[in-house]
Amino acid sequence: MTTVEQTELDLVEDEHERILAQTPFQRFKADFLESKIATVALVTLVAIVLVAIFAPLIAPQNPYDLAQVSVLDARLPPGTKSEFGYTFLLGTDGAGRDLFSAILYGLRISLSVGVMSGFIALVIGSAIGLIAAYAGGRVDSVIMRVVDIQLSFPAILIALMLLAVFGKGVDKIMIALVTVQWAYYARTVRGTALVERSKEYVEAGVCLGLSRNRILFRHILPNCLAPLIVVGTVQTAHAIALEATLSFLGVGLPQTEPSLGLLISNGFEYMLSGRYWISFFPGIALLLTIVSINLVGDQLRDVLNPRLER
Amino acid sequence: MSRVKVIFAAFFAVLIAFSAPAFAKDLKIGLASEPTSIDPHFHNLSPNNALARHIFDRLVHTDENQALVPGLAVSWKPINDTTWEFKLREGVKWHDGSPFTADDVVFTFTRAVNVPNSPSGFGTYLKGKEAVKVDDHTVHIKTPKPYPLMPNDMSTFAIVSKKNGEGAKTEDYNSGKAAIGTGPFKYKAYVPGDKFVFVRNDDYWGDKPIWEEVTLKPIKSSPSRVAALLAGDVDMIAQVPTTDIERLKKEPKVSLSQGVSNRVIYLHLDHDRDNSPFVKAKGGGDIKNPLKDQRVRKAISKAINRDAIVDRVMEDVAIKAGQLLPKGFFGVSPNLKPVDYDPEGAKKLLADAGLKDGFQLTIHGPNDRYINDAKIAEAVAQMLTRIGIKTEVVTMPRSVYFKRASRGGPDKTPEFSFILVGWGAGSGEASSPLKSLIHTHDKSKGFGASNRGRYSNAEVDKLIEDALATVDDAKRQDLLAKATEVAIGDVAIIPLHYQVNTWGTRKGLKYKPRTDEATMAVGVVEE
Amino acid sequence: MTAYVIRRLMQSVVVVLIMSVIVFFGVNVVGDPVDMLINPEADQEDIEAAIRALGLDKPIGEQYLFFLKNAITGNLGKSFIFGEPALQLIIQRMPATLELAITALLMAIFLGIPLGLYAGLKPDSPASRTIMAGSILGFSLPTFWVGLMMIMVFAVMLGWLPSTGRGETATFLGITSSLFTLNGLQHIFMPALNLALLKISLVIRLTRAGTREAIHQDYIKFARAKGLSPHRVIMVHLLKNILIPVVTVIGLEFGSLVAFSVVTETIFAWPGMGKLLIDSIQQLDRPVIVAYLIIIVLLFVTLNLIVDILYSILDPRVRLGEREA
Repeated sequence: MTTVEQTELDLVEDEHERILAQTPFQRFKADFLESKIATVALVTLVAIVLVAIFAPLIAPQNPYDLAQVSVLDARLPPGTKSEFGYTFLLGTDGAGRDLFSAILYGLRISLSVGVMSGFIALVIGSAIGLIAAYAGGRVDSVIMRVVDIQLSFPAILIALMLLAVFGKGVDKIMIALVTVQWAYYARTVRGTALVERSKEYVEAGVCLGLSRNRILFRHILPNCLAPLIVVGTVQTAHAIALEATLSFLGVGLPQTEPSLGLLISNGFEYMLSGRYWISFFPGIALLLTIVSINLVGDQLRDVLNPRLER
Repeated sequence: MSRVKVIFAAFFAVLIAFSAPAFAKDLKIGLASEPTSIDPHFHNLSPNNALARHIFDRLVHTDENQALVPGLAVSWKPINDTTWEFKLREGVKWHDGSPFTADDVVFTFTRAVNVPNSPSGFGTYLKGKEAVKVDDHTVHIKTPKPYPLMPNDMSTFAIVSKKNGEGAKTEDYNSGKAAIGTGPFKYKAYVPGDKFVFVRNDDYWGDKPIWEEVTLKPIKSSPSRVAALLAGDVDMIAQVPTTDIERLKKEPKVSLSQGVSNRVIYLHLDHDRDNSPFVKAKGGGDIKNPLKDQRVRKAISKAINRDAIVDRVMEDVAIKAGQLLPKGFFGVSPNLKPVDYDPEGAKKLLADAGLKDGFQLTIHGPNDRYINDAKIAEAVAQMLTRIGIKTEVVTMPRSVYFKRASRGGPDKTPEFSFILVGWGAGSGEASSPLKSLIHTHDKSKGFGASNRGRYSNAEVDKLIEDALATVDDAKRQDLLAKATEVAIGDVAIIPLHYQVNTWGTRKGLKYKPRTDEATMAVGVVEE
Repeated sequence: MTAYVIRRLMQSVVVVLIMSVIVFFGVNVVGDPVDMLINPEADQEDIEAAIRALGLDKPIGEQYLFFLKNAITGNLGKSFIFGEPALQLIIQRMPATLELAITALLMAIFLGIPLGLYAGLKPDSPASRTIMAGSILGFSLPTFWVGLMMIMVFAVMLGWLPSTGRGETATFLGITSSLFTLNGLQHIFMPALNLALLKISLVIRLTRAGTREAIHQDYIKFARAKGLSPHRVIMVHLLKNILIPVVTVIGLEFGSLVAFSVVTETIFAWPGMGKLLIDSIQQLDRPVIVAYLIIIVLLFVTLNLIVDILYSILDPRVRLGEREA
């Protein structure tokens, strides 16, 4: 063995030790920040979340207060001065709301509705999927048939029923979205978990006498993560879009408190009208949000995946 | 020539053959809502009725302004208090060549009210009426009581052929088998969900349409409908959305035809309950229903800036309203003007009523029924909030809305306190809204069916009932106008505006706008 | 295997039954179809007559029993708004939706898998990055927005394709479809692409994720070490393993393509089942909603069954029978 090779080997060894010395979080952080695009996306996402949280401080108008909104200001182009002194930076929508303020407030609702319902659905769905895959037999059959019913049930009908029984509101929309989405996660997780379950490492775990829960959550679940995150990031985007569609069909959120989705579907009417700002700006805001969620999601998947040698 | 070349040549020949422009005069129309059947008596609703007019005629026709003109009947008159005589047009032929006679009219009277599974039939116009054949071209229609609206009622339903209609089911009309009419077009094809195709009836008794073949395609999504017109895939579309009108006016490929409709958009208020569920004191406590106080109702009416709604929400495609029907219709009052916007006056009225600090209200409205309905509700809420009536907006699809608005409360009473609704006078005269919206809710007499505010005023009731028993047109006109004046003076309802309908055609065509909102191929003319 | 399939089919009967109960009572809660259907000029008596004509005057439980009795003989009731048998209405519109869904599915498979594979094998190449960026756009933009933009660009501005509607149909091998005519193909292209966009993105991402993971696994390394050609490694060993999640998702997505192509069908005025469903829901046409959802449940149950069987073929380690344990 020559000295040069020896040094290289040492270097690799050093690197290895350095990695071992890191806490899991540090390692995770280092891995995540490796991708420039993902870092930019993360920064954007954090910025969007902050802006959404502090919307009341940033927005010149409270777009949900009917006393501050006047239909006389409807459809003004960007840059018009308002009677209260501030400028409608991005113009106004069909009801006279300042679009800039409305987008900020709308982001809050869309993010909380989309992300929260996506997350709740993910947790519930994957837990149920795991149980189905691991328990097998009758439990599996019952769960999967419930999934069948759920998947065949149109979201609008669920939303319509909830609306008729409970009325409109953010919480009702979230219930509707969770009800619609959990089945997707359950189906995906079960599919992957079935495959994992029969793999050697699980059998080894069973032989070692590891507890059921430990095998499920420490071994099978992490291995299901890749498809789960893919479906998850897509579904979060989908949840926001779904909320928009429900609002579009008139069963979504109250129209005086528009979410981003509702702003976009309102803007749909104006797409051919030449008043581009009413649909364009909310669209851009939505696009930015979803793209950054997905870029972050992609990177997360790569980083968290135990099987990707990096 | 090589084989490849031959194939190519053949291919292009076929292509050209397929894409050759049709020389026949064809018309394609994009409809906003889909008629559900070709059976003219199956479903008494505007899209179906407009469709039926292509194939079938009625005894009495209505022109663009819903004025009555001769149809299959050339003349009509009351011959005593309870009998009307209709003289039928001679020489009219059904599409299958058989002659049209009084037997067909008598047959229609039985069929129109006996269609199995019909979700909404023509009983409204036919019950209590008996048709008697006098000779082949004379029919007497008898009623138990004097009935002035006979010609109006006779303009609502299609006359079908006895020969083809006996025993025919709705399916037979849809398949074309029984769809034999006397109208300007003949049935050619019906692909459910996709299109209706008609061809010209060259033997038509009236003005022959200029179109040889007409295709009606439902395109529900408004922007798609506009795009189809812009792309030249259809020659005309119904219900151009208000948002696109400004731009389309500048578009060289397109021309627009606009006309006021018979539909008024109005607010109904709870006149009945002392504790109305969606009226609260400032801060949310209970309050004695202030909507029962005429001053409060007047204040609400004054607080609404109708010009702003017409200009900013409706984009100038509406006319502000002061009563139940726009001027020009039978029975409207010449004295009523739209209430002027006067927020100071409104606040003063509120103060007079002891509500200086205002109160809280919820406005309920549909969001898929009338043009810009949800936006109007929101604008009204903004305006009321500004005079101190803190108003919340709740809109919902009509599938949920109308049941709750009509009978969602306890004992099937109306659930809401303050609602946005619209009313189109199908009969084209003022008794229609007066009878249904203003008259006291009375099931036994069939009055006030849509009186969702439960307004009740004995004086108005009497005027309406008198009008409905007066055969003399001039007298009836006065009674209807008087009833309207009293009701509007008492703010029974708050009218906002009349809808204006817009049809878009490709350049070179024009549509004669109709107050009844119907879209019909015969109305499309070349400029 | 046969026993397994039979048991699954029996389960699906239960599923359909549960579904019908939920829908039947659920729609009843929403509102009353008579309010939707009646002519506004009708008086109270007419309204009650209409309620009776539709059989809605009886208690809801009784209505359901009546429905069940008819359903056993294959009669799912007549549509309130069309007056025709609900099943017939749906079947009439089914070919249009199926051809749309199949076209979209083919687009998703034949664009999504190769692109995803490429992006997974060469994750750092500029082309891969473009593919991934494009796929994100694919599902970030709302369907109705993309659909309308497509119409504006290709139909209104360029005039290349028809804006809306289904084209002429032709019959080939006993199947009538607009896929067999040039005019039909022109009409179907935009709606199918619009419907497929989200699915293409999804397939790209799943395939890429699977590929990235699989190339590091032992069996691939082993296959390479054995000296198999890269082509064979990818096509046989890699593809077979990454297809499992892709198949699951595509299977489910096909179901949703057929069942809920509502937005696309509405924007493109496509005379399919999706448009029928949304119209029926908006007008509370209960017989059609119930019949439609029963068909959809059967579709999903069947698709899930096929997916499960495909699993066992793609991956012998998954045994169908093991659920009995």
